[in-house]
Amino acid sequence: MQPLARHLLRAKDLADARYFEPLTVPDLARAAGVSAAHFSREFRRAFGESPHQYLLTRRLERAAALLRNTDRPVTDICFDVGLTSVGSFTTSFRRIYGTSPSSYRAGFPPARRHIRVPACVAQAYGRPQNRTFREA
Amino acid sequence: MTKIANAQFWVHDQDEALAFYTRKLGWEVRADVTMGEWNFRWLVVGPPGQEDTGLVLMPIPGAPMLDAESSDQLGQLVAKGAGGTLFLETDDCQAAYDELSARGVAFNDPPTPQPYGIDTSFRDPSGNNIRLTQVLEFSLDRH
Repeated sequence: MQPLARHLLRAKDLADARYFEPLTVPDLARAAGVSAAHFSREFRRAFGESPHQYLLTRRLERAAALLRNTDRPVTDICFDVGLTSVGSFTTSFRRIYGTSPSSYRAGFPPARRHIRVPACVAQAYGRPQNRTFREA
Repeated sequence: MTKIANAQFWVHDQDEALAFYTRKLGWEVRADVTMGEWNFRWLVVGPPGQEDTGLVLMPIPGAPMLDAESSDQLGQLVAKGAGGTLFLETDDCQAAYDELSARGVAFNDPPTPQPYGIDTSFRDPSGNNIRLTQVLEFSLDRH
């Protein structure tokens, strides 16, 4: 008999693994095996933020990594991380990182781009937070 | 000191953990000793080929080690994935991924190129994170 949190963790893992797909909160609820009606509340209770917020900040963290590590155009990066509107990507990115995607990139010259730690560590610690975040 | 002998994970259910590490990962049982008067089972598993290092599958303790509330909190933290990570190495990440997938291990991500190698990850039934890496010469071109 596994604790509910263990099932909710599957939703978090799905967001971490497949953020680049058109994932939605109901997809995450299905991964956890929890009814959509209870899922967001239980996820927030376990992890301190809503599943929507977790998925968005994972996408923004991945976008920031692509801005630092690649030369791909900002528009491509928006779609690479599973977001579908460049306008809301830029708005969300600016709200959380305090600057536009292209000026964020300009702050990372190539020599500073790579840190020699496992990818899971970089992802876990690099995911941004924003206390003023509002639910869509 | 000379080496790391055993590392340890907290698990919710030792039988479930034992089945996962032996049947799905193909690991060996290094020790399985039940101390009846303490209601405690010392259970150690490890990968074939590395006989002197083991992973202790430690049950989430109750009294006298932890009060009921702390025990519940520890069980919840492990279930949330906060129990820690075991970093494993392989000579061939894709082959290991294929073999373990065929035995029913649900990976979180496919083998993925990183500057330090190729790696993938999965969790044990309790939620402990396991990272499996094929270490290659560091290269910024591989990401």
